[in-house]
Amino acid sequence: MTKMYYRELYCGSPVRFWLGLALLGSFIAVGLGAAFYMEHNGHWVTGMTNQIVWGLPHVFAIFLIVAASGALNVASIGSVFGGPLYKPLGRFSGLLAIGLLAGGLMVLVLDLGRPDRLIVAMTQYNFKSIFAWNVILYSGFFAIVGVYLWTMMDRTVNKFSRPAGFAAFFWRIALTTGTGSIFGFLVAREAYDAAIMAPMFVIMSFSYGLAFFIITLIAAYMWGDREIGDYRLAKLKNLLGVFVGAVLYFTLVYNLTNLYATQHHGVERFILLDGGIYTQMFWIGQVLIGSIVPLFLIYSPAFNKSRWAIAAASIAVLIGGFFQIYVIVIGGQAYPMSLFPGKEVLESGFFDGAVASYTPTFPEAALGVAGIAVALAMVAVGARLFKVFPETLEDPAN
Amino acid sequence: MSNKGDQPTMERRNFIGGTIAAAGAVTLAPGVILQAVAANKAETEAASSENRWGMVIDTNKCADGCTACVDACSDEHGLEGHGRPQTDAVWIRTVKLKDTQTGHISRLPLMCQHCEHPPCVDVCPTTASFKRADGLVLVDRHRCIGCRYCMMACPYKARSFVHEVITDQSVNAPRGKGCVESCTLCVHRIDAGVMQTACQEACTKEGHGAILFGDLKDPNSEISQALKKYDSTQIRADLELNTGVRYFNL
Repeated sequence: MTKMYYRELYCGSPVRFWLGLALLGSFIAVGLGAAFYMEHNGHWVTGMTNQIVWGLPHVFAIFLIVAASGALNVASIGSVFGGPLYKPLGRFSGLLAIGLLAGGLMVLVLDLGRPDRLIVAMTQYNFKSIFAWNVILYSGFFAIVGVYLWTMMDRTVNKFSRPAGFAAFFWRIALTTGTGSIFGFLVAREAYDAAIMAPMFVIMSFSYGLAFFIITLIAAYMWGDREIGDYRLAKLKNLLGVFVGAVLYFTLVYNLTNLYATQHHGVERFILLDGGIYTQMFWIGQVLIGSIVPLFLIYSPAFNKSRWAIAAASIAVLIGGFFQIYVIVIGGQAYPMSLFPGKEVLESGFFDGAVASYTPTFPEAALGVAGIAVALAMVAVGARLFKVFPETLEDPAN
Repeated sequence: MSNKGDQPTMERRNFIGGTIAAAGAVTLAPGVILQAVAANKAETEAASSENRWGMVIDTNKCADGCTACVDACSDEHGLEGHGRPQTDAVWIRTVKLKDTQTGHISRLPLMCQHCEHPPCVDVCPTTASFKRADGLVLVDRHRCIGCRYCMMACPYKARSFVHEVITDQSVNAPRGKGCVESCTLCVHRIDAGVMQTACQEACTKEGHGAILFGDLKDPNSEISQALKKYDSTQIRADLELNTGVRYFNL
């Protein structure tokens, strides 16, 4: 194999780089302004209520955090599983993972009721809380992936890149298990309380993370006027197809398990049949746009080697993934908790037995979009400052 | 757990105790005061695991259309509404139910059930949600970061998030925007030695007497005697949380 040279990513035209960065900066500024507005007035100005306590910001945050650990997969395949085609992509994989996690965490923290008390979350731990574990897992991820990037980029410590890669791989599996367990460990709500949530989130992260990786990789190489080989992209594309299928499989098992238990028929009916917006998001968003369309684009011979199809499939996976998390987070809360089995609620002073309504507001969406902008800005700046991208990703001759 | 940061200082306890005693003397029947004071523990005493405060609610006695307990709770803790029922804080609510098989209609007040194994305490990342030695499940407002994970975890939907700036707070319940809160079983009264919650007081005053508060660990208390004599129900008993609030005739 020919020697791989890495070089800082310079955009064909400097104006385009700075304009792009300014655009991302403006999204971030609007998002920060929205966060200040929500914190200053209190959460009543958002769509979130005492019934839907986690709203659109959490959907964005969980989406980005899950995607972050998945974005690291390409590096893991290179270092841990010894895939030579993936190895040159390891640095970018690490950078993207750090960027996505930073974006997601920013959204999560700025939506807290008291973000000023973040130091309390960092110093007071309840080790029975999955959230507390996640604080450690998320902070540790930055540190471990940071070290991993260093071992990949500095020749003097390159010999440690394999153990660092192993550590990062296990850490990322733990991280997504922790994120899935946020829901899996909730006994109160029927849509959650399922051990399958943890592995399902792991496989979701594989899928979303790789989709993010592919779309940003194609964009970066177009941006920097560099070459990517068709063979390399086809490998990534096929891997994405496997992950999309796996997410669909886990979704099927999750729903089948619920459908078997009579007590969960209500929530299944809500998500699959008559839940209005959530049913539409499930079937049209997650299943059609997020699974069937990308699988068709990936595996149809008509789109063989079509970059357009690969990019479209990746974007469809991301849109579908966003809907999937929306249905899990918001749909799971909208369905009423079963406090009194066998009884119908005639009146309640707190919306018992009623499907909760939720309409996201602009500030919530602005904060979420700012999270994506933070991730992309970190990648853009990081790729320009450091030698992250190989000069060329043309296919190897053999 | 008995010396949490949000525990009232002795001075504050004395002040609260004095205030309640004074208010009580004006509003309560003298007999109630005497009975309450007789049950006093020393005010300097920390919460003890010798006690477990709880409630039993007789759903048959909960009168249709009555909101005395809800109103009393709001007054006691300064829970003012903003005309936004979706985000206004609710510590206690009434629920009217119909058995889908038999058609039997029952009505009950529902609030934090003060579980022995509270899911809210399990999930709280900062230990802001905590269970006191005497069984009360409370929120330390200095540690709560407003993540709302406890609200996701509570099987009773008993908690509210403070969605707006709070003004004119009640001395009985310090509150703050961006924190989560719920029924305290009138901890300020317990700590002042007044063994009667605001909701029970209101319900008794209305003549319904559906709510009985007391020490579940004292075998001679009225509540323990009643629970021994009659069969009671825990809401979502399947979760085995061993709730401190029990129901008759549910």
